[in-house]
Amino acid sequence: MATEILMPALSPTMEEGNLAKWLVKEGDTVSSGDIIAEIETDKATMEVEAVDEGVVAKIAVAEGTQGVKVNEVIAVLVEEGEDASSVDTSKKAEEPEAVDPEQTESKAETGVKEDAPKAPSLEVASDPDIPEGTEMVSMTVREALNTAMAEEMRRDEDVFIMGEEVAEYQGAYKITQNLLQEFGERRVVDTPITEHGFAGIGVGAAMSGLKPIVEFMTFNFAMQAIDHLINSAAKTLYMSGGQMGAPMVFRGPNGAAARVGAQHSQCYAAWYGHIPGLKVIAPYSASDAKGLLKAAIRDPNPIIFLENEILYGQSFEVPDVEDHILPIGKARIHKEGTDCTIVSFSIGMKYAIEAAEQLEADGISVEIIDLRTIRPLDMETVLTSVKKTNRLVTVEEGFPQSSVGCHIASQVMQQAFDYLDAPVITIAGKDVPMPYAENLEKLALPNVDEVVQAVKNVSYRL
Amino acid sequence: MASKPSTSTRSKSTVQKAPKPAKFNKEEELKAYYDMLLIRRFEEKAGQLYGMGHIGGFCHLYIGQEAVVTGMQMSIKEGDQVITGYRDHGHMLACGMNPDGVMAELTGRSSGYSKGKGGSMHMFSKEKNFYGGHGIVGGQVSLGTGLAFANKYRGNDLVSLAYFGDGASNQGQVYESFNMASLWDLPVIYIIENNRYAMGTAVNRSSALTDFSQRGASFKIPGMHVDGMDVRAVKAAGDHAVKWAREGKGPFILEMETYRYRGHSMSDPAKYRTKDEVQKMRAEQDPIEQVKQRILKDKMATEDELKSMDKDIRAIVGKSAEFALEAPLPDASELYTDILLEA
Repeated sequence: MATEILMPALSPTMEEGNLAKWLVKEGDTVSSGDIIAEIETDKATMEVEAVDEGVVAKIAVAEGTQGVKVNEVIAVLVEEGEDASSVDTSKKAEEPEAVDPEQTESKAETGVKEDAPKAPSLEVASDPDIPEGTEMVSMTVREALNTAMAEEMRRDEDVFIMGEEVAEYQGAYKITQNLLQEFGERRVVDTPITEHGFAGIGVGAAMSGLKPIVEFMTFNFAMQAIDHLINSAAKTLYMSGGQMGAPMVFRGPNGAAARVGAQHSQCYAAWYGHIPGLKVIAPYSASDAKGLLKAAIRDPNPIIFLENEILYGQSFEVPDVEDHILPIGKARIHKEGTDCTIVSFSIGMKYAIEAAEQLEADGISVEIIDLRTIRPLDMETVLTSVKKTNRLVTVEEGFPQSSVGCHIASQVMQQAFDYLDAPVITIAGKDVPMPYAENLEKLALPNVDEVVQAVKNVSYRL
Repeated sequence: MASKPSTSTRSKSTVQKAPKPAKFNKEEELKAYYDMLLIRRFEEKAGQLYGMGHIGGFCHLYIGQEAVVTGMQMSIKEGDQVITGYRDHGHMLACGMNPDGVMAELTGRSSGYSKGKGGSMHMFSKEKNFYGGHGIVGGQVSLGTGLAFANKYRGNDLVSLAYFGDGASNQGQVYESFNMASLWDLPVIYIIENNRYAMGTAVNRSSALTDFSQRGASFKIPGMHVDGMDVRAVKAAGDHAVKWAREGKGPFILEMETYRYRGHSMSDPAKYRTKDEVQKMRAEQDPIEQVKQRILKDKMATEDELKSMDKDIRAIVGKSAEFALEAPLPDASELYTDILLEA
């Protein structure tokens, strides 16, 4: 049977090229892998290899021909002993092939341009009801996180924690205190200072079905490892067509602490919030820290769990229930109000709460929403509130450009424009690296007065 | 993970001498020949389909390097994991993944291993213990070390094979992984496929130490320099390294000296090396030709029988191409699937 040799494309964007040279002539025997011709484009000269073996029955495009279309027949091979005279080389390149792969395929397959389907909406359960009479116990965020991990490690042998100083040192911020004593060095693993490497090892372990908790001493150091968080953890489920993913939690303190300078003070909520395939959690209270960390450890997806060093030592009421689990992706209405909505998360909540108290004294009733989860973002709760109060201020410590608040403002503008009585104000950290000096650091962070002023501005109460 | 008691590192070289090439019986020779030829014919077909515009994006062919993955695969057992970079078609076929599914992924169709959402560089098979298919150079080294970590954590006797090239060997995370693998005695075999060029940069222009078998020296990881063009040499070294790791002695490095005939990717004009160099490798050291000559010399099969085997393989590969071109594109609804699992 005759085999047609076609003008090859060297890249998906190539449409035609020059046939620079033939290295075989009619009648020659070739075997697969033999170089038979050279072709050139404006970018490169390439050799054409025979894919099949046989006798060159016909050279259809002469050496030196310019502008040979991709997929045009340039030669014909026949099997040894076959009659070459019957070969018809009049066929030209099939038009739609190899032009623009996207165009080609949609034309070839369906003849119509496909519309992207709508993104599926996510159903998220509400917080479980706390049974009446449940005792509330005072607990620091640190204790909440520690208890959450211990409970989940008791429950599931596949859960382990790895990171710098998590075992013998008992945690750089003491979040892993006593875990080594209870679970041993097999499940509480001190790593060398090597974030990129141990993040990758964690993802590899997760791909094979374990459920690692990878602690970063701070999320600033996770910059060394961000490739594995995004390219390996977040994307594998999609790239594998659902065959394997990374059921794991990356956690550690995020954002500014106090006076630790530019490299140790930034918020990654917006960074990770950008990435499909991740869930991003940033709790404020101890109850949310515990309930959401337990949910995160059980979740089959890669989770970025952003803690805050300043909040570690603060105490909150936590319900004393056996298995305190909260829904990921559900915002919490911290306080109901009627005149303006403030949306915040993590330590940003402190500014929001204090500002609301001052505003209340001025007769402005503020509704505060604690996002708790940055991705998937609970826009429904935000929109419902904005439709009620008609005013919105967002508060976070991260940099202002492309911040979480920017995204919320844009969504509110697109989905609830008619409900807004004033433009949304997004309050963020200043657009500067974090300074060290006490006064400058204070200036770089948001403050309560800014929030109060913003709420007054959107309320036209100057 | 328990760390090792510290021992003096002022000891002898970590490099071990490669064992003599394995002695193959008829069955092994024919299997090696078949497996390597399947990879070669598959890659030739993939190159052809790329040239016709049916395969998009990047397409990195494994032609010339077939003996490495084929020999290693003969050294491992069911359940051992394999992970590699983006030059991955050969590894997938060697792991026993279906050529139809691999080719259909190359053409971006719904019947591909990743439903058309991964492409040439991103394919996986949980069933065949193939963990990808990774496009960020060196990333698979940490991930493969993690697979070994999981084996040790579970207390099974499985090992993982992490393949990477001479180019990836200069990435920082490779050494971070070496350190932890050695510290924790993880059962991982690092297979450095030294094909002499990191894309277009020759090893002597990119690597201060071009003997990659020594790259574990700082971490007390033994290494071995192996003729990666001789499948029997690969098998013998593989047996040694796999036994080492399986017995709990920790990681092992195998530097496979090999050669890629084709460009780095399909659009590489290969200006950085001479045609003579390529031709000389093909003529003198081709891994498939070596086996073929032995088979014929030892009368394990006749020329006609080998031809018939080639014909069968061409039929399989031809069928995979047909399958890959006929399979439907993924449904538009697949755009939003496999991003997150239901909690």
